[in-house]
Formats: sequence, structure tokens, C-alpha cells
Amino acid sequence: MTQLSERPQQRVVTADGLRVAGLQKSYGPVPVLHGVDLAVPAGALTAVLGRSGCGKTTLLRLVAGFDRPDAGTVSIGGREVAGPGGVASPEDRRIGYVTQEGNLFPHLTVAANVAFGLPRRARRARFGVSALLELVGLEPSYAKRYPHELSGGQQQRVALARALAPEPGILLLDEPFSSLDVELRESTRRAVAAALAAAGTTAVLVTHDQAEALSLATRVAVMRDGRIVQEASPAQLYRHPVDRAVAAFVGDVVVLPATLRGGVAECALGGLRVAAALADGPATVLVRPEQIALDAGDGGVPAHVLDIEYYGHDAVVRLALGAAVEVTARCPGYALPAVGERVRLAVQGEVGVEVTGAPVP
Amino acid sequence: MTSTAPRPVATLRRPYPPVRLAAAVAVAALTLVPLGYVLIFVVAEGPSQAADLLLRPRVGELLRNTTALTVTGCLACAVLGTGAAWLVERTTLPGRRVWTALMAAPLAVPAFVNSYGWVSVTASVQGFGGAVLITTMSYYPLVYLPVAAVLRGMDPAFEDLSRALGNGPWRTFFRVVLPQLRPALLGGVLLVGLHLLAEYGALQALRFPTFTTAIFDLFESTFNGPASTMLSGVLVLGCLLLLVGELRLAGRARVARVGGGVARAAVPHRLGARTPLALLGMAALAVLALGVPLGSLGRWLVVGSSTEFPIGLLATTTATTIGLGVAGAAATCLLALPVAWLSIRHPGLVSRLLERSTYIAGSLPGIVVALALVTLSVGYLPTIYQTATLLVAAYVILFMPRAMVSLRAALAQVPPELDDSARALGARPAAVLWRVTLPLVARGLGAGAALVFLAVVTELTATLLLAPIGTATLATEFWSNSSSLAYGAAAPYALLMIIVSAPAAWLLTRQSRREVVA
Repeated sequence: MTQLSERPQQRVVTADGLRVAGLQKSYGPVPVLHGVDLAVPAGALTAVLGRSGCGKTTLLRLVAGFDRPDAGTVSIGGREVAGPGGVASPEDRRIGYVTQEGNLFPHLTVAANVAFGLPRRARRARFGVSALLELVGLEPSYAKRYPHELSGGQQQRVALARALAPEPGILLLDEPFSSLDVELRESTRRAVAAALAAAGTTAVLVTHDQAEALSLATRVAVMRDGRIVQEASPAQLYRHPVDRAVAAFVGDVVVLPATLRGGVAECALGGLRVAAALADGPATVLVRPEQIALDAGDGGVPAHVLDIEYYGHDAVVRLALGAAVEVTARCPGYALPAVGERVRLAVQGEVGVEVTGAPVP
Repeated sequence: MTSTAPRPVATLRRPYPPVRLAAAVAVAALTLVPLGYVLIFVVAEGPSQAADLLLRPRVGELLRNTTALTVTGCLACAVLGTGAAWLVERTTLPGRRVWTALMAAPLAVPAFVNSYGWVSVTASVQGFGGAVLITTMSYYPLVYLPVAAVLRGMDPAFEDLSRALGNGPWRTFFRVVLPQLRPALLGGVLLVGLHLLAEYGALQALRFPTFTTAIFDLFESTFNGPASTMLSGVLVLGCLLLLVGELRLAGRARVARVGGGVARAAVPHRLGARTPLALLGMAALAVLALGVPLGSLGRWLVVGSSTEFPIGLLATTTATTIGLGVAGAAATCLLALPVAWLSIRHPGLVSRLLERSTYIAGSLPGIVVALALVTLSVGYLPTIYQTATLLVAAYVILFMPRAMVSLRAALAQVPPELDDSARALGARPAAVLWRVTLPLVARGLGAGAALVFLAVVTELTATLLLAPIGTATLATEFWSNSSSLAYGAAAPYALLMIIVSAPAAWLLTRQSRREVVA
């Protein structure tokens, strides 16, 4: 794991909710996980973000116990559930699991689905079902319905209530919003985040949607080719990605060659402040388009506007700096230049750096 | 992985759970007993003896007859069963409930009653044409039922997509619907083929000799063990060819819905001006499969000179038949469950072999299974010889494929992710089976039990050989009367057989109605 230097944690963490160390898994000759290390703080929502095929679902299935790791350990709430000492069955891990499709039991009502994981007596009494439905933002009247009578978003909410009912030590969310349409996705995300915060459950969200990861999670772990390449808070990840691939994965990025000298990166956009203390020498700066302002006045870098993609609330402006260099800036929609206009650029805030020639972590 | 990435890899590599594997192996071993008997016998006889018994013109004729009947019958059942299922389930054909009941009903009329109905009307049905006609009319529901079940559960979104991509209704049927039907269709055709290879009563009445009738004749007339067992060896080979063929064609496609939640109900295809034509075709099918045998039966009941109603004998025979049917259905479904579960949830060489081995016995003619059980029980377990236990064991071996096809189709519709969800919620594997899997496959299990019950009620050959002395079923009483040309005396037994079968057939149709409502 690439552990960046972090600001001290705000909340006091007593024990890791989940700790994964050196986890390896191959399917036949195809290695999927090459030694994954991940620590998930208790009570927080951590997103595992990666493209399809990066191994994030495999990681989740190993944590859940649906598969056995080839090597490495998994501990949930301080208890080792997979490792040299043996592999615990899923039902012995006290996990909550929410799949992409929800997978509600089609033969059971909403109430019976939610109560499924409770002991027999509590199940009969439908103990806590209406409180759980309320927690995920559903009316108690839904309790008597069957899954096919619910919308996709409602099904996912019930799936979450079902997973939370036995008070799991950790909740595993496998792309739970990806099968929903945009509108439902937003409202379901909000409902899920609120329910998780209210329940105070440790949660791991697997997703390929960076906006989802950044907006919902307390911590984000970026996964690539079966490894965690960076684990940080959303802001840290966005502002200080370890390399340009991570930078480009979590947002738009302007990549410019630069020379580092005393904490300042000299590049086509002038001298930019960098966050980390790095040795002087050649490097690559990673600038977010919204950091580039077009109204810098006489001190700014001269450029002219090539074209504008207008989105309403903002716009992406493509700019030429001299003949060879092009950059994009993201500007608020109310103050836009005209195509062809000459502007002066300044970069606001610190920029990310990828040290040239250093091995990719 | 994204929403589109399939995840079969993880499920494929899971190890077999030991207890369920052991149960499945035990069941498969039981069903393989008769096959083992045949193989050991053939091997013990040696090649020269085998050549002596098999290289005869008579065997060549039997081979031609059996092959022609099996191929033609399978094709006819596939076309009729699929066509009828499509019309009933997916079009605006009027009277859907009535047709659903009528299409499954021929299962309640055993092929040897069907042939009795035709033969007692006209002798012109004797020979190849009549054999194809009558066996097809008796066995097309074996294709109709599984295909109709899949059509009901099929997500119409794929058809909509195909239409949107520019395919007409026919092209859509062949490129989208048929591939999804393939496992059910091939499973049904496999059953038809196996039944045709094992059919005795109807073909005997129609004077169309095949391996099975020849084996029975040999045994009845001369108790010629080596010759009949050698011919059984050829039949087993034919059965293996069918099994391998189905295996090659069915492929590894996953038929469970991958989409979200529950499928939408399909919008039926409009028949419009073609409605009368479709109704005419369905009516013709119902008349040929049901009208002729039932009409003929009714005629014999009313006007037959030998018709008599010995109430006491009819009652005890009926009770015996129902008891054997219930016991056979319960035992068969219970034993089919571990094998079906393993083959769906842990697809692999071992589970595939176990599943296939249960089909082999079901394809053997009843007489071979019966002979094997008689020989072995007399030799090793004399306490169960001449008991109902041995007879039920024969039913289990013979009718396992019926339960297996229904159960596997139902299990394949249950997404494996439900098991994962249940395990994550703290349910142990046994609890997952009891609380999730069984309720979801209850319909399939019920359909399988109903099919086995129907089969037991109408089973003839094994019952003739294995029933304890003094025990008669409706089928054996019917056969002994009708084969001595006492058509009138046979009629009440056939009527009772149909009445006893009716609840099971009704159960099958009621299930399909409920599925329409749900």
C-alpha cells in the first residue's frame, strides 16, 4: 500500500473495522490480486475504486468469505477470518452484503427479507423491521409487499435494511447503485449514506464511479491491476494523486512537464506550488482544470481560447499557450471568454506532482 | 467489475461440499445398479457370444425400426411441443387456461391406453406411421411443459431488443427465443427419446417391433437371459448416444436472469387474422392426443359386451396404485435433489457425471431394471425381494430423469447470488437450502413429483415383474384384460388410471396459472 503522509485523523479510531494484508488470489493461471493491503477504520465508509477487472469485486468476495484467498489475511473487527489459521464461512463473519442487483429473496415479503438474518424468534416477531425500513427511508406500509412490486431503488434500500438487520460488524456494498438510473441513484445514495451514518456501521463500497466514491466515502482506496495504489481521504486523493493515472481516474487533469526547484514546479503555466517536499529535478505536474483562472491580469501566462464546451453551471475552455502547449480550464458558466479571445492564466492552490523516472508505485 | 462483467469464475472453482457430494454419489450409485448388471453380463458373455447373438437380420430390422421411430418421434415432439407452448404462452390465443390444461393432459393417458384407443377403432394405425403418430401424441407434453415454463419466466426485454435491432418476429424467435429455450427444449427432447427407446406397451399393441418389445418377448417366451440382456446392451448404447448428443448441444449457457429484480410480464404477440388457424391446429392436436383415446374408451365403457365393474377389486387396485405413486414421487424427488443441486451450483466433471448417470437408468427399458433388481435382490438381499420397497426402488431408478429435469430447470432460475446473500446474513448451508432454495424451487419440485406420480400410475413393465404377489395396479389389470382382447373389461381400469392421474395433471396446470398471476 502506498501510504501518503496524512494529516492527523479527525476521529478517534479504536480498532480497524477491516484489515486486509498481503491478500493474493488467482483463478487458474490468471492472477487477480497481487498482495492487497487495506485498513478500513471502524465506523467509516471506505470506497474501493477501480475500473472493471481490477480485482475489486474479488477483494470483496474474499472479505465476505465466498472465496478462499491463496495467501494473506483478512481481519474483521480485530478477528482474523481468513489466513494461515483457517478460513471462516461467510455466515460466521458477521458481515452485511449488498449486491449490485439487491438480490432480494423473491418468495419473501419485504418484512421477511429484512428479518431473514435475525434469530428465529426475532424473525417471527418481525423485530425492528419498521425501524429499519424507516432508517433506509421507506414507509412501514412497504413491509407487506413483494420484491417485484418495488422499484429498483426501493429494492436496493430493502437490501440494505436486510443487510443491516443482524447488526453486522462490517457492511460490504458491491456496486449497489450501478443498476439504478441516474435519478434513483442520487436519491438512493443519499438514503444509504444517511442510513449508514445513523447506524454507525463500518462499510466498504466497491465502485467504478469516482463521483460516487468521492462524494460518499470517508476514505477512498484506488485499485489497479490487483493492487491498492493509493488510499486517502477524498480531498487528499483528488488534490494529491500519486500518479497521473490515478489523477485522470478521479477527475480531469492537465499534465505538464516541469522542473522542481525548492518546492516550486516550473512549467508552461509558470511557477506552481507543490504540496509534498520532493527532491529537485525533472517532474510532471498534475493541474486540475478548475485551478486555472483566466483573469490573472498582467502577471498571468498569456493564452488564447481555442473552444468552449458549455455545461450551464460551468464550462470547459480549451486554451493554447503559444504554439505547442494546450491546457483546459474549468470556468464558472456566468463569466466566459469568447472563442479566440486572449486571456491571462494563473494557477490557484497547490498542484500534484508525479516525479519523472521514479518507479510507478 | 462493472455491471456487465459476468462472474462465473468464482462459482466454478468452489469445491464440492462433502456431505452433498456423498449424498449425490450414493443416489447415482443406486441408479447405476441396473446398468452395472447389464454391463457385467455382456462382458462376462464375451465378444464371440455377443457377435453370435447380435449379428442377425432380425437385430438389423430392430435397429432400423428403433432408430427411425426415435428420430422421427423426437423431431415431431420438438416441433409440436414448442409450437404449442409458444402459442399458449406468448400469443393472444383465446382460452389460454383451457389450452394449458389440455396440452398437459395427454400425460395422464399412458401410451398403451392411447394405442388401445386407436387400435380398437382401426387396425390401420399398426406399423411405423401409427407408431410415430401415437407415441408423438403421448409424449409431446414432455417437451411442451418445460418449454412453456421457460417461456413464462423468460425476460421479454431480449425480444424487445432483438426487434429494436431490426429482426422480425420469426428471426427474433430463432435468434433470441430459441437459444434461451435450448436447455429446456433439449431436456424435453432427451426425455422423449429415452421414452421412445423404452416404450413397450404401445408398440406391442401397434405391432411395431423395437429392441424393447423384442427383449420383452424373448424374456416372456423363453426366459432367454443372455439374448435379452445383450439386446439391452444395444439399447444402452442408443441411450448413451442421446445423452452425449444433448450434452454437446446444450452448452454451458447460464439461463438465470442477470438483470435487476424481477422480469416484467411479456406483451403477448397479436395473432389477429391467424387466430382461427391457430385455434384449429390446437384443436386438432387435442383431438388426436385426447379425443380419440378418450372417445374410444367411453365407447367401450358404454357399449362393450365384456364391460363389468367389480367394485371391490377396482377400489383396492386404485388404492394400491395411489400409494405406490405417492411413495415413488416422494422418494424420487428427495433423491433427485442432491444430484440436481450439485449439477447446477457446482458445474464440473464430477457433478456432470453424477447427473448424467441418473439419466442412464431412466432410459433402460423397465424390464431390464426389473430383471436387474430381481436378480440382485434374490442373490444378495432376499428380504426385499417381492416387497413394495423393491418396486419403489425401481420407480426411483426409472423416473429420476423426470424429477431431475424439472428440478434442474427450477434451480437454474435461482440466481446463485441469493445463496451468497443468505450466507452473508448468517444462514448455514443447510438453512440456505431450507429457507431460500427449497421455497424457490417448490414449483419445480411439485412439477417433478407430479410427473413421477403420473409415470408410476401408468407404469407397466417393471410393475408386471416386480409387484409382490397379489398386488395389482390399474396398469397391470388394464394390460392383462386388453391384451386378451377384453376391451370392455379393460376400460374401467383405464378410466380409473386417468381419474387418478387427473389431480397431478391439474396440479401441473394450476401451477402454471399461478405463475401467470404472480
